[in-house]
Formats: sequence, structure tokens, C-alpha cells
Amino acid sequence: MSGKGLRIVVLIKQVPDIEKVRFDVETGRIDRSSAPAETNPFDLHALEAAVQLKEKLGGSITVISMGPRQAESSLRDALARGADRAILLTDKRLAGADTIATSRALAAAIRKLGGFDLILCGEKTVDGDTGQVGPEVAEVLDIPHVAYVCEIREVTDDKITVVSDMGDKYLYEVKLPALLTVTRELNTPRLPTLRDVLKARKKQIEIWDADALAQYEDPDRFGIKGSKTIVMKVVIPGVEHRKGIIFRGEDAAEKLLEVLKEGGFVKP
Amino acid sequence: MTSGILVYAETSDSRIHPVSFELLGKAREIAEKLGLEVWSVIIGFDVKDRAKELIYYGADKVYVYDSEHLKDFNVLTYKDILVDLVKEIDPEIFLIGATPLGRSLAPRVAAALDTGLTADCTDLRVDEEGNLIQIRPAFTGNILAHIKTTSKPIMSTIRYKVMPMPKRDESRKGEIVIKNPPEKIDTRIKSLGRISKRTVNIADAEVIVSGGRGLKNKEDLKMLEELAKLLGGVLGVSRPLVDEGWIAKEHQVGFSGNTVKPKLYIACGISGSPQHLAGMRDSQIIVAINIDPSAPIFRHADYGVVGDLYEVVPKLISMIKRIKGVSGS
Repeated sequence: MSGKGLRIVVLIKQVPDIEKVRFDVETGRIDRSSAPAETNPFDLHALEAAVQLKEKLGGSITVISMGPRQAESSLRDALARGADRAILLTDKRLAGADTIATSRALAAAIRKLGGFDLILCGEKTVDGDTGQVGPEVAEVLDIPHVAYVCEIREVTDDKITVVSDMGDKYLYEVKLPALLTVTRELNTPRLPTLRDVLKARKKQIEIWDADALAQYEDPDRFGIKGSKTIVMKVVIPGVEHRKGIIFRGEDAAEKLLEVLKEGGFVKP
Repeated sequence: MTSGILVYAETSDSRIHPVSFELLGKAREIAEKLGLEVWSVIIGFDVKDRAKELIYYGADKVYVYDSEHLKDFNVLTYKDILVDLVKEIDPEIFLIGATPLGRSLAPRVAAALDTGLTADCTDLRVDEEGNLIQIRPAFTGNILAHIKTTSKPIMSTIRYKVMPMPKRDESRKGEIVIKNPPEKIDTRIKSLGRISKRTVNIADAEVIVSGGRGLKNKEDLKMLEELAKLLGGVLGVSRPLVDEGWIAKEHQVGFSGNTVKPKLYIACGISGSPQHLAGMRDSQIIVAINIDPSAPIFRHADYGVVGDLYEVVPKLISMIKRIKGVSGS
């Protein structure tokens, strides 16, 4: 930690509200137009952790996101929730990136910041579901990481002690700078007040393109060009073939019991 | 020299995680199609004797890194070992279990090797041209993406319990290669040990009885647990109950909890949000008990009871008790 407190970077992603996305079984198309965009729910816990650490230790919070222009609204929300600075990486040359190309762009942006102590991100996103970007960013930056952090115990000048939920729970002491991916149990994100929202409206969101990152990473490693995996096709599974037998009324429990007996689940 | 498919054998307390055996089975199948060998790598302490198990399950060659200072998982040291090994033996494909450990380790290895990594696959296929196609759910389990990797090695993490467990064959022969462990571990991460063990392993359960928002009180979970026990199973819950603080996350079924695939899944008072369905849709038999006939869960159920769980569940419990000859209510 420098004299200025903890310099925290939070990585966030804007995703469609997954409960409202429509999936067309016939065409294999994902229709996002019906679904409002929101910040990946896991990332809000990372941001909340950053705000709590700043409240305790002082310092600064920079939020970085990569995506289309409309992702500004997620960054604006992050400013309202307590971030000091927001940066959007947006450029055609960054689009279509797989996790490794995404990580290289994010890592380049973090390098451009000049210095940091701690990077926080959600354990995964609800659209990509990979959970890979956090550890990949850590590797590109050559810093340690701990995944599935469900508790932050202590932060000192050069170390952080955390609990990682890997099924069993493990305690790790990690040298700063480090990256943590966090679970939903870590905290309960607070909602911004109206005043915070209004204040955030006046703040500037910085827009960086691939050229802005070129000093820190070869732009050929960004976007589709830098990706090593290709989505060949997308299949939307129809509702599985389930029997769909419905029992109602007085003897429903009896009928269900018969099913359980036939399945060999009730042994005398 | 024939190239190979490398499988990471995950260990904890010197035991091999069963997902590693499942991966060996799948690797064997792909290896036959592509004319490759199956290799495995095991890292830990006191794991030398385990290497032959990996051969029994399908490995032709096992690389062993056995040392006391490798006892605790250190993501940086383990990553360094795997990166060096991959550079040395040059596998075509590298498979890692999509466990919490695997999901933390694999991305670092892939980034260090600058190769593509596909997360959380549920199937691997070889197409007509001999390409490996990795199939994985995305959008909270709503779609299946077919993915091809353009770099080498092709890396994927693969979910536990999606590939069949191969037969253990003690007559299989293979080579065990003892490697020199690194002299030092990376001290930027220090493991201070396990502080709590989960008490229930819901991913391995054959029967799960789960409760959701339809429950009125925390105490009512006991009723569902009683039913679970009578059926030889364990208690599960949907996310809202964990968020409420009623029960530990190890019981949570769903996208942000555990993915389960039991023989029997009974959802009580669970409406069936996409986030919950993502965690249980592959169960063999799904039963839903819900008072709301329009609850989405019924569309995913083999058997549905439209009714009050507070009537249906106690009735079921008492009938099962009678059959089992258990005294009491």
C-alpha cells in the first residue's frame, strides 16, 4: 500500500438481465433486445468490497469495463456506488474477444493506470459463465490471485488475508498487489442514494480505445484477432423431454408415493 | 513420437478427485479417435502411490510431482509446474476438472501458455475433420455453445459428473515418470490451511429434496430434511434461502451455488427461475411440489403435485415412515 491508502481496481461487465433474455429454440438466436442491461450481479459484490475497504483504509477506486458504449450506464452506477474514477474500453478492435483477449485488454488498461494494490472482480458473469477473466488478468500482470473469496479478514501494508470457498474453506495470505475474485457471500451490496446518483451524473467517464492501450499490449492480441477460441454454433436446448405428469387433489401425495416406490426410492 | 492428451489429476488430502478419472475416460475415447496417447499429471504430497490408479483408469503415462511443500494448493507454483511440463511434453489437448480448484488454476496456465481455454464443458466431440469441439453451457445454462480452439494445446475445464466414470482396470499397464519438484514454492501466496470442511457434498447426492421461497419459516427446512433423509438423500435449497441466511451455501442448488445431477430431485416451493434450473435441470427424475400451477418448474418436471407443500410433504413423510416401520408421527 502506498501512502495514499489502498489503490483498488474493480473490473465490471454489463450483461443482459438473464431472467428477461429470450432464447429462440428454432433459430438459435439470443434476443437481448427484450432484456434490460444491468451490471453483472457478482461484480456488485466486488465493488461493495472495494467501497468497504476504502471506507476503512482510505484510498481510491477505479472501475474498468470493456464493452459497447451503452456499458457507460453500468460505470455511471458504479460511480454512484462509490467509485472515484470510471474507464470504458470500447473499440471495434476490442469486440468479439474471448477470455484471453479480454484479459489482455483489461490488463493493459490496468498497467496504463500506473500503479495499483488490489484488483477485485466477480467470480463469474451470468452471460459468459466462464470465471476465467479474473485469473487470466492476474497471470498477464504476473500477480497472485485468490478465487472464490467469501471473506476478507485483514489488509496490511503489503498483504491481504482472505477466505476462499473452494467447497471446503481455505485461508490464504497473499502479497499485494493481488487480484481477488469474489462470491456473493462476501457482502450485501448497498444501493446508492439519490444524492449519490445525482452526483455521479456530473462525473466524467473516460473512454479508451485500442490505441490508448497500444503502449502496454500489442493490439493484435485484442478482440477477435487475439482470440484463440471460436464459437462454431450455438444450440438452444428446448425444454427437456420430461413426462410432465401432474397430480392434484386429495390423493396427490399417495400418487407421488407410488412413483417414488416404483423408482426404488422408498425401501422398507 | 506419438503426442497425447494430458489430464490434470486433482488431489486433496492425497486423494484423487473423481472428476480426474472421468476425464481419463473421455480422454481415452478421444485419444482412440485421434491416434493419441493419454497422459496424466499429479501434483501433491504422498501422491506417488496414487499414480497407478490413474493408469488403471486409462492413462498411458503419468507424470508425478511429489513433495511435502506441494501439499497445499498454491496456484502460482502449480501453474509453473504445469506450464513447464506442457512446454516439455507438448500435448495436443489438456483437460482439467471444472472444480473450484481447476477453475482457478486452468485460466492461469492457459494465459501463461497463451492458448485458448474453454470453461465448464459438458461434452467433447471430434468432428469429421478431426477437430475437437468443446460444448459448454452459457447464459446461465440457457444455451449450449460449440467451441473450437485455434491454438495449442487445446485446453478445457470439464464439469464433474457429466462424463461417465470409466471402469477401473488393474491389468492396464503404463509408465510412471517421477519428475523433480521445484525447489521452492512461490511465496507470494501462503496457504494458512483449511479452516472449515463442508458438511454436505450435495454434488454427490443421489437424492435431493430442495426448498425455496414457498417455505414460510427457517424451521420448516427440518421437515424437508426429514423427507430427504427418509429417501436416503440430502437437503437442498434455492438461492433466496441462502440470501436470507437460513442455511449455508453448501446446500444451495443453482447457477451461483452447486450444479447437481441426482437420480431424484424434489423441488418444494421452488418456482424454477433460470438461475435455479441451471443447477438441477440434468437430474434424472424431477418432482415439483408447488401451490402455483403456473410455476415454471412444472415445465421441467416429470411429476408435479399442484398443492400446498405444508400438506403434501407431511403426508408423504408419514406414509414413508409407515412403510419403513419407523415409529412416530
